[in-house]
Amino acid sequence: MDVGSSTEGLRNNAVSRVNLRARGVTIHYWVERANAAFLAVDGIDVDIQEGEFVAILGPSGCGKTTFINAVSGTQAISGGSLTLDGKSIEGPGPDRAMVFQQASLLPWRSVRDNVLFGAQMQRRLGREESARRADHLIKLVGLGGFEKAYPSELSGGMQQRVNLARALATNPRMLLLDEPFAALDAQTRELMQDELLRVWEEEKTTALFITHDIKEAVFLADRVIVFSARPGRIKREVQVDLPRPRGRETRRSDRFREIEDLLHDSIQEEVLAAAKRELARGAA
Amino acid sequence: MTDRAAQREAATRDAVETRVSATPDRIPGQPGPIARYERAIIGTVSVVSFLIFWEVIAQIRLMPELFLPGPSDIWRAYLVLLKTNTLGRDIWVSGQELLVGYGLAIVVGLPFGLLMAWYKRLGFALDPFVNFFFATPRTAMFPLFLIWFGLGLGSKVAIVFLGAFFPIVINTIAGVRNLDPALIRMARSFSARDWDLFRDIVLPGSVPFILSGCRLGLGHALISVVVGEMIGAEAGIGLMMANAGSVFQTARVFVGITIVAGAGVILTLILQKIEARFQSWKPQP
Repeated sequence: MDVGSSTEGLRNNAVSRVNLRARGVTIHYWVERANAAFLAVDGIDVDIQEGEFVAILGPSGCGKTTFINAVSGTQAISGGSLTLDGKSIEGPGPDRAMVFQQASLLPWRSVRDNVLFGAQMQRRLGREESARRADHLIKLVGLGGFEKAYPSELSGGMQQRVNLARALATNPRMLLLDEPFAALDAQTRELMQDELLRVWEEEKTTALFITHDIKEAVFLADRVIVFSARPGRIKREVQVDLPRPRGRETRRSDRFREIEDLLHDSIQEEVLAAAKRELARGAA
Repeated sequence: MTDRAAQREAATRDAVETRVSATPDRIPGQPGPIARYERAIIGTVSVVSFLIFWEVIAQIRLMPELFLPGPSDIWRAYLVLLKTNTLGRDIWVSGQELLVGYGLAIVVGLPFGLLMAWYKRLGFALDPFVNFFFATPRTAMFPLFLIWFGLGLGSKVAIVFLGAFFPIVINTIAGVRNLDPALIRMARSFSARDWDLFRDIVLPGSVPFILSGCRLGLGHALISVVVGEMIGAEAGIGLMMANAGSVFQTARVFVGITIVAGAGVILTLILQKIEARFQSWKPQP
C-alpha cells in the first residue's frame, strides 16, 4: 500500500513528535433497522505530528465524522489501534477537545459559562484561572463584550466562535473540528476560516479538521487526507505547501488553485461512486 | 437615455431620498400608547361586567336565591361563615392536605421521573405501573385510602399526592426524552460524568416540561382535595361545601368554590413566577 509506506516515511523523517497514530482503524455500526453490522471506516492508517493541522476531506456519509468521533473517544473502534501520545484512546479525555458541527451550546448558560463548560466538566483548571483563560479566549475569538449574552442572542457564526473557544478553554493537546463551518453562509464561513487560522497560529494546537469543502481543506491544512466514499478508506494524501500565515492572497494564489484542482478530481470520483451506489440501492 | 428612463431614474432617486429623510407619522407595528394596558383593561372590564350582570340577574330573582345567589349574597354568606369560626379551620385543614400532598408529589415525582427517563431499564420496569395509575381515575382509589389512612389528614394527603404525582412524573420523563442529544454528546466528549449531565444538562433542559407538569399536577391536586373531603373527612372546604349543598345553603357552596378557585389562581401565579425565573435565558418575544 502506498499510503502505508508514505506514513512510514513520514514517521522516519519526522523531527517533531507523533501526536495521533491510527493503525488499521476499522469501525462498525450496528444498524437496528437492517439488524446487521455496517462498515463505516475501513483500515485507516494515519500519523499526525505535534502542531500539525490535518484536514480529512470526503463526500458526505464517508465515515469521516465517525472517525473523528473515535478519536474523541465517543465512538468505539472495532479493529486496529488508535493512540494519542502513545496512550491508547479508550474514551473521552482532557487531552482532546471537539468543536462540533452544531454549536451545541447550553441555551441557559451565558457565553462565558458556555466557554467554561468543557474545562469545568474536565475539572481541569482552578476557578479563577479558568475564568481568566475564558475571558482571554472570548476576546481571542472576537466575542469581547458578549460574555454575558445568551446563545439565542448570537448569530450562527458567533455561536461557532463560542464552540471553538469552549474547546480551546480545556487546553487540549489536540483540537478536533467536525465540519464546524458547514452550516454557515459562504461569507461567514470564509471569515471564520481566517479567524480559526489566526487563533490557531497563536495556540499552535495539533488540529484535525473534518470537511467536505475542498477550498476549506486546502486553505486551513498542512496536509489533506481524502477519504473514499463509504466505507471510509484513505484514498489520497496531499501536502499543502502554501506559506503561513495564510489570508486573502492565499485563496487567490495559483498554487492554491492547483492543489484544489488536484483534490477536486480525486473527490469527484468518490462523489460519483457514492451517487451511483445510492441509485443502485434505489433501483433495488 | 430615453426620456422615460430618465424620468424613472429621477423618480427612484426621489423615492430613495424621501425614504431616508422623512420621519414617519406612525411606524407600522409600533404599539399605540394604551396598547400596553390593553390586556389588563379589557380583562377587568369583562370580569366586572360579568359580576354586575350576575348580580342583576340574581337580584331581580328570576330564580330563587336558593337556586342562584348573587355575588352580594355570597359575600354575606362568607362574612357569616367567618364569624362562626369554622371556616378558618376548614381552610387550614384543606390547605395542609393540599400543600403536604402536593409538596410530596413534587419532591418524590421529580427524581422519580428523572431516574425513569435516564435509566432505560428502570423505565422499562416502572412504565407499566405508571401507565396503570395514570389511566385509572385516582379518586377511584379513595375508598381504599379511607380504609388505610382513616378519615383524617392521611387519606386526603394520599389522594392529593397520587393526583399530582403522575402528571409530574410523566412530564419530567417527556422533558428528559426531549433533550437535544447533541448536548449530551457534547458533554460526554468533555468527559462529563452522569452526575454532571444530570445537574448541568438534564435538569435545566427539562425545566419547562417539569414546570408544566407541576401546573397540571396542581389542578389534579385541587380536584383531589375537594372530592376527597366530600367523600370522607372530618373538616375541610370540601366537607363544608358538601354539607352546605345537602341543606341547600347555595351561597355557602359558592363560598367554597371561590376559595378553591382563589387557591388555584394564587398557586398557578407562583408557578408562573418560578417559570419566568428559570427561563430568563429564553429569547423575549
